[in-house]
Amino acid sequence: MSWFEKLMPSRISTEKRTRSVPEGVWIKCPRCDAQLYRNELERNLMVCPKCDHHMRIGARQRLEYFFDPDSIEEIAANLEPQDPLKFRDSKRYRDRIVQAQKKTGEKDALVAASGSLMGRPVVACAFEFSFMGGSMGSVVGERFCRAAAHAADHRKPLVAFSASGGARMQEALFSLLQMAKTSAALALLGELGVPYISVMTDPTTGGVSASLAMLGDVNIAEPRALIGFAGPRVIEQTVRQKLPEGFQRSEFLLDHGAIDLIVDRRKLRDEIADLIAKFEHKPKPAP
Amino acid sequence: MSVSAPTEHESVMDLKFLDFEQPIAELEAKIDELRFVGNDSEVNISEEVARLKSKSENLTRSIFAKLSAWQIAQLARHPMRPYTADYLQILSPDFQELHGDRMYADDPAIIGGVGRLDGRSVMFIGHQKGRDTKERVRRNYGMPKPEGYRKAQRLMRLAEKFSLPIVTFIDTPGAYPGVGAEERGQSEAIARSLYMMARLRTPIISVVIGEGGSGGALAIGVSDRLLMLQYGVYSVISPEGCASILWKSAEKAAEAAEAMRITADSLSKFKLVDEVLPEPLGAAHRDPAATAEVIRGALVRHLDALGRLGIDELLEQRRLRLASFGDFKEA
Repeated sequence: MSWFEKLMPSRISTEKRTRSVPEGVWIKCPRCDAQLYRNELERNLMVCPKCDHHMRIGARQRLEYFFDPDSIEEIAANLEPQDPLKFRDSKRYRDRIVQAQKKTGEKDALVAASGSLMGRPVVACAFEFSFMGGSMGSVVGERFCRAAAHAADHRKPLVAFSASGGARMQEALFSLLQMAKTSAALALLGELGVPYISVMTDPTTGGVSASLAMLGDVNIAEPRALIGFAGPRVIEQTVRQKLPEGFQRSEFLLDHGAIDLIVDRRKLRDEIADLIAKFEHKPKPAP
Repeated sequence: MSVSAPTEHESVMDLKFLDFEQPIAELEAKIDELRFVGNDSEVNISEEVARLKSKSENLTRSIFAKLSAWQIAQLARHPMRPYTADYLQILSPDFQELHGDRMYADDPAIIGGVGRLDGRSVMFIGHQKGRDTKERVRRNYGMPKPEGYRKAQRLMRLAEKFSLPIVTFIDTPGAYPGVGAEERGQSEAIARSLYMMARLRTPIISVVIGEGGSGGALAIGVSDRLLMLQYGVYSVISPEGCASILWKSAEKAAEAAEAMRITADSLSKFKLVDEVLPEPLGAAHRDPAATAEVIRGALVRHLDALGRLGIDELLEQRRLRLASFGDFKEA
């Protein structure tokens, strides 16, 4: 932070939302180092046109890319996090929440909405990884369940885009229990025969991977996303050996039978719409 | 299966006192010494022994009256703490262990099978740690791999098929974070257990008997009633893990344990645990049989209550229970 930014009142200095990708006209691809023109990159859904690297994107951007234009209606936007344990480490959880809210413009790490996909009403939710690592606390769990309940009530397919490090430690056991809560909501949806498509993006690990993310009727991953239960560092410390190249990447999961498909971000709408249409005995939707 | 928790004939020195129990250990050592002298010299020292015994008891009472969360975590992991198999031997002597997930392997970190509890048939499933080094390694310190959870799922379906209530004993540091576990889908195995247990058409009671370590514990812990032994702990991540991430130092585990409210008493205040089961003075390993009887009493009581519900009513109550987890504000 420069001296000038320090002087500015926080209300002003946070007007500008931090995005997953730094502001600027030119963006360097973290994978192939190509200098990319921002507008072109955005038109390409933040996928590097040179090497197809899928950059991380925020929850709202994700939903905008996914739904038909102007069809989005947010679900449970009025929920806000609490601090039931009055948790404090080097910082208070309360302060961390405020900081994350300012940084992302979101109340918590999941955005849920109903809308349409090629004309078909669907419900979708997306994790905001830059909000405390997309960690799943009570608000994330409740929003997910309300999205699933809306999907169940209106028989709309549910799509979830995961990007999360797992549980939110500051909510301790409340956080752990969100795994049970979200899985239970999906079990109910499943009993009604409503399709649930899980899309895992970089990264999806821990409690989110070990609950809602792995429970799709169809599990999809974006290319080269890190997906696993334990983080690579934890595994390395446990087994005391170097992990093989590509370990816990989408392609590794496909090889080991954990996911159905790897789909390029630019084809997600088409592929998901077609899957759902097939499950519902309908013709291929027109884009 | 062998019960290796201490019996009353064994020397108290085998109790492996923890750091904070050192004053008790010293007193007990003195008592042992006196007894030895007594046996030897035929001097009547029984009065002195009785006095010291009562002093030791009072000391234990006062130390155990104000345990920190971190001390309780150490008790939950105590090397002499009774494990699932120890309780099963007392609660259900006719327990028959059933093995394997039918797909890959039998995971010794989770045991399961059919038994009887006061005459009624029950499916028991629980984490199992090992007592000595060899057994610990074989049971992978109670850290299940995907095949463990898939065995549990198979047994739960079996229980549902024959209308057996399910009792699970939770005691694990967590699901195993290894290469093979990841290759075989650790995440899916845990997620599938949660999904299945949410709607399983038979009553489920879970008891945290030691360590409730994160998703690896929850994967057999989705239930109609959650009971917890007084010195059990249940948390989203180990205190050491939490400390090394949030405090950047595993040394701060005691602070992390406190902050996460991992003890039975704290969790019951947040209504996340239905009942706290009291342990004998000095914790479960001082008297495994008495602890088992407390567990038996609670299980029978809750099984009776759950058994009176119709299955649809049971599932509706479970649905509401699971949906109620969480604390948020509606603006």
